[in-house]
Amino acid sequence: MAATSIVRFENVRKTYKMGLVVVEALRGVSIDFKEGEYVSIMGPSGCGKSTMLNLLGCLDRPTSGRYLLGNEDVSQMDDDALSVVRGLRLGFIFQSYNLIQQLSVVENIEIPLYYQGRPEAEIREKAIKLAHLVGLEKRLDHKPFELSGGQQQRVAIARALVNDSLVILADEPTGNLDSAVGAEILRIFDDLHRQGKTIIIVTHDNEVAKRTQRAIRLRDGQLESDVRQ
Amino acid sequence: MSANNSAFQVWRSDFAFAKGRLQRAIRAAIKSLWLHRLRSLLTMLGIVFGVCSVIAMLAIGEGASFEAQEEIKSLGSQNIILRSVKPPEEQKVSNTQQSYVLDYGIQYLDLQRIKATIPGVTIVVPGRVMRDYVWHTTRRVESEIFGTVPWYPEMRNQRVAKGRFFSEREMEDAVAVCVISAEMARKLFPIESSLGRDVRIGEDYYRIIGVMEPVLQSAGGKGGTSANTPANRMFMPLSAARARFGEVLMKRRSGSFEAEKVALHEVTVKVTSERDVMEVAAAVKNLLERNHKKKDYELIVPLELLKRAERTKQIFNVVLGSIAAISLLVGGIGIMNIMLANVTERTREIGIRRALGARRRDIVTQFLVEAVMLSGTGGLLGVILGVSIPFVVTYFADMVTIVTFWSPLAAFTISGLVGVVFGIYPALRAADMDPVEALRHE
Repeated sequence: MAATSIVRFENVRKTYKMGLVVVEALRGVSIDFKEGEYVSIMGPSGCGKSTMLNLLGCLDRPTSGRYLLGNEDVSQMDDDALSVVRGLRLGFIFQSYNLIQQLSVVENIEIPLYYQGRPEAEIREKAIKLAHLVGLEKRLDHKPFELSGGQQQRVAIARALVNDSLVILADEPTGNLDSAVGAEILRIFDDLHRQGKTIIIVTHDNEVAKRTQRAIRLRDGQLESDVRQ
Repeated sequence: MSANNSAFQVWRSDFAFAKGRLQRAIRAAIKSLWLHRLRSLLTMLGIVFGVCSVIAMLAIGEGASFEAQEEIKSLGSQNIILRSVKPPEEQKVSNTQQSYVLDYGIQYLDLQRIKATIPGVTIVVPGRVMRDYVWHTTRRVESEIFGTVPWYPEMRNQRVAKGRFFSEREMEDAVAVCVISAEMARKLFPIESSLGRDVRIGEDYYRIIGVMEPVLQSAGGKGGTSANTPANRMFMPLSAARARFGEVLMKRRSGSFEAEKVALHEVTVKVTSERDVMEVAAAVKNLLERNHKKKDYELIVPLELLKRAERTKQIFNVVLGSIAAISLLVGGIGIMNIMLANVTERTREIGIRRALGARRRDIVTQFLVEAVMLSGTGGLLGVILGVSIPFVVTYFADMVTIVTFWSPLAAFTISGLVGVVFGIYPALRAADMDPVEALRHE
């Protein structure tokens, strides 16, 4: 297995102030993900899963501790720099697909590259290639509302792959799908893993967790278990 | 690769693709505005009507003031015009009881006095005005017959279109010649040329030697200022007019009878330099006041009228400017309102874009471009409408309109600026959203 660590939390804490109450969402989490790992993060609601995902996705900054992505310390970057990191290094897959409704399939796939200012022809070519990969080559000009849930999630997967991200972050990717379609999506994840992609899935579904290589459990903002399967 | 390095690369590509980005932003804006066609159209209407009404009103105002100024200019800015006016009613009654002849107006003596006492006065053009029917075979036109001197056209900035004006020799010899206005020529001689023909007034015949150029583009010059220039006008030597009509004018109309004795109906005093016009006018007025106890004259100073017309135009422009400002303000508020709604409605989209790498300024650009597209398109439609309305007005209402080249340009630019000013706040609000919160928004 490749030994380079590409995602590294060092004693990460995150606290929220809600009025007078201070909520500690993460209480010193240290964890390490290597390149090519296929990881699931589980835990009951309120355990800090979402907070961890937001931190991993550079959508939020830790209150204290360090977060190394690749070999950059992203924990204290400003908003613009974080935006660039998100666009270049991360791929997002959401439970509710989060496609932009007025854009076509191919345009949705292009978004991460769109903000990197790459030449249009290059972006288009890459987006079409990825649409082929997820089996939507006949739906390039369709709008999201014309697609089924499974198809929409496949568009989202293509979108997460378009920028050759370091890590793919998936938040309950099968949560809105029935089991057959969900299994189909998970098969795509398995394929990606085989091709060497680093994938982190946040889920509460044991079936999903079982497919991954490494299952992490969170409880009360701390690591409960970290099992390699 | 360090963070600085990648940020630098992005910054550099920003420059290289700034144009492409803007193009894409514009295309994206068109797409999302098109998605809500009706809403976009209604929002634009505020700006459309604002811009269009300003351009149209400005064109009509400009036309009206141009017309007025041309009229005044045709009187000559160096001139002072004296006119005989029928004195007020009470005096007329007392006069007619004694003599049945109304004697009033500017006398030849007045002219001599003006010439002798007021410096800076060069030429004086006297004139008599009579109304009578002018005949050609069976055609009849009621005309204002103007007995005057040969240099009248030059003094009044009027030109002879065809033929010539009468000469000093013809004036001295009281030759029966005349020059008629273009409108009159058209009425009396619809097909054939009027030059060299004879027209009849009463029992006397006059040869037409010239036709005047029309004074104004607008037919008839209706509702003009005090300088009314009737359409049917006929000029003849003052001497010939006196020979034909005598000193006493008789008028018989539907039973009533009226006799007037007027020496001069109109006198034009030319002042050597335009700077002295106001002073000379005051002196002339003073002089006439002393010799005419009854108010039987009127003093017209075209320069004063011109100044007054210019002031009126200034006031008009200020009023128009305020209307424009208010209507654009209202339009701008409409745009801001809809953009705020737009931002709230698209919170989720903003979250998605932010998560996928859009920086704050990308979001600002996106919404600002949309706002400017709204106001700019509104401005463009307004300009098109505003420029075409004056043509319609000219066509149907027969009014002179002038679309100055800067008014559509300024209106369009300002409408674009309105988009920036009223779009910036919603755009900043969109950019300041927390990506996590925005993604969670339902």
